[in-house]
Amino acid sequence: MSADTDWGPVTGWGRTAPTAARLIRPRTYEEAALAVRECGARGGIARGLGRAYGDAAQNAGGAVLDMTALDRVHAVDVAGGTVLCDAGVSLHRLMELLLPLGWFVPVTPGTRYVTVGGAIGADIHGKNHHVSGSFARHVAALELLTADGQVRTVTPGTPLFDATAGGMGLTGVILTATLRLQPVETALMSVDTERAADLDDLMARLTATDHRYRYSVAWIDLLARGRATGRAVLTRGDHAPLDALPARSRARRAPLAFRTSRLPAAPDLVPDGLLGRTTVGLFNELWYRKSPRLSRGRLQRISTFFHPLDGVPHWNRIYGRGGFVQYQFVVGEGREEALRRIVRRISDHRCPSFLAVLKRFGEADPGWLSFPLPGWTLALDIPAGLPGLGAFLDELDEEVAEAGGRVYLAKDARLRPELLAAMYPRLDDFRALRAELDPHGVFVSDLARRLTL
Amino acid sequence: MKDAFGIPQSLLVLGGTSEIALATARRLVARRTRTVWLAGRPSPALDAAAEQLRGLGAEVRTVAFDALDPESHEAALGKVFAEGDVDLVLLAFGILGDQAHDEREPLNAVRVAQTNYTGAVSAGLVSARALQAQGHGSLVVLSSVAGERARRANFIYGSSKAGLDAFAQGLGDALHGTGVHVMVVRPGFVRSRMTAGMEEAPLATTPEAVATAIELGLRRRSETVWVPGALRVVMSAVRHLPRTLFRRLPV
Repeated sequence: MSADTDWGPVTGWGRTAPTAARLIRPRTYEEAALAVRECGARGGIARGLGRAYGDAAQNAGGAVLDMTALDRVHAVDVAGGTVLCDAGVSLHRLMELLLPLGWFVPVTPGTRYVTVGGAIGADIHGKNHHVSGSFARHVAALELLTADGQVRTVTPGTPLFDATAGGMGLTGVILTATLRLQPVETALMSVDTERAADLDDLMARLTATDHRYRYSVAWIDLLARGRATGRAVLTRGDHAPLDALPARSRARRAPLAFRTSRLPAAPDLVPDGLLGRTTVGLFNELWYRKSPRLSRGRLQRISTFFHPLDGVPHWNRIYGRGGFVQYQFVVGEGREEALRRIVRRISDHRCPSFLAVLKRFGEADPGWLSFPLPGWTLALDIPAGLPGLGAFLDELDEEVAEAGGRVYLAKDARLRPELLAAMYPRLDDFRALRAELDPHGVFVSDLARRLTL
Repeated sequence: MKDAFGIPQSLLVLGGTSEIALATARRLVARRTRTVWLAGRPSPALDAAAEQLRGLGAEVRTVAFDALDPESHEAALGKVFAEGDVDLVLLAFGILGDQAHDEREPLNAVRVAQTNYTGAVSAGLVSARALQAQGHGSLVVLSSVAGERARRANFIYGSSKAGLDAFAQGLGDALHGTGVHVMVVRPGFVRSRMTAGMEEAPLATTPEAVATAIELGLRRRSETVWVPGALRVVMSAVRHLPRTLFRRLPV
């Protein structure tokens, strides 16, 4: 039996820059190894659920290995809190399985629909980065199919691990991983919400009290101008303990039940420009005003707190056929002036962004191309059709690089390659390791070609 | 690779001295493009164009290419694609001819047709195959409003562009879903060397304006671009004029 194969155009979640590739869906490790061996002159790259915004999981003219058929959970250590699973398992599946057992994934991004392999390849972070670090910090071991066809067991603290964590799939195909889990008493979150009147207020609040919360993030209104520039809504919280649940409630009877809700999927044909300055401005105004000035200990579902957008399948279609760009950067602690300048510029440029979030990162992670740095990260979505956007983001890149910061490769679809080395100082180590491990360049993606990773 | 806005990192210009092509190249180099191939008949003008783009920071190489010699296209363009991916092929060569003179000298008229149409068919197909193999890239074809409906005043040129336009549209459909994007650009009267000394038509435009429209079309992944945009409406009306009326139009 050989793996299912299909030829067609592929894009990232932002739906920009489609390229065609041979899509191979291996169902066994042997099929994956065969696909790597036979991927041809234009190489191959592993792909999970396609949530990377840009071209990280595309490979024009080559092979793209859809890993989602390798989705078995092999072993759960309920006492010790670890799980051994295939790389194609989604975080959604892990939550379904592990929450009733009293465990939660160690790190979750803004969507549950990412695979474990993708989470390691992009070394993703979540609202708990300031406490728990990135995803790869919770990986006890992984199995990596490398270019020579070998399957290697890779453990933290080795160069291969540090190149693979955040390595965007370019060291090989992750087959399995052992994750350390987070114990929880309930499947609910206890959430505090507060408003910040402007950017300085926001940063002061995050600096002063972030350490009290395991999870912390702020939605920021980047269309607000003048004194309100950078006004925001902070939502911070932790897993609700059992005694926080009201007695005799449904939640109390089944405290570990994982509940989600889904709205109908976004339609495929949304006109470009639906999300313009007017509509987004209106949305932001309402969102800010509807948020409580201050509320404490509100109980929320995990899906509501972490993954509000997962409630709308295919939400990326709301930007229309032109797609959108997600821009996420980090600038270090002490570089608040750069952050202020950038926020002001975005606000002056009138970028219609309704999904902008600001978060404070903790310690940097060991991955050579891992994104987080201790400091401030801002992420925003912008319709790709906004006039002059390319040049504007290039200017922001300069500011970010100047301030010693970087942009997030898992979201990138447009960075100028010249800036990469300044943003990622371990880039040369990464290139050297790849040259040795994969001298014929078997693993390659559009991202790697564009940025010469 | 192209970025999220359709801007290429590498560019191959077929017809390396075309003013529209060079205006486009300058624009793209200012944004992202680092590698430029200028294909054309070796000449001081081609070298000067290369030098100008080098001055803007691009790595520019020239390659000998003759639209009138389709047998050589495979080898000349194969060499370029063998050196690495080409994100954008700009098919920009073409000659206007001299209608009154060419009507009397059929061999001259044939030259116009061979350059603008058969040369482009050959170069277009060779490029399309290479782009398809790399799984990505845009082929931008410079057509003309003159091809939309052939006029008494320049039907030799017009018919060659009509053939090119139809060919490029069909090629675009053939390549749909292969990762390769074909864009047909239909400028109106462009003030350039090619039209120097001619009487200007209404809605005249410039090479720079065409370049801007191409950049926008790449971002939108458009299949057809009119320059200026108003020509889309104008030509749709002109196309439906009765022959008796159309013949008497002053343009």
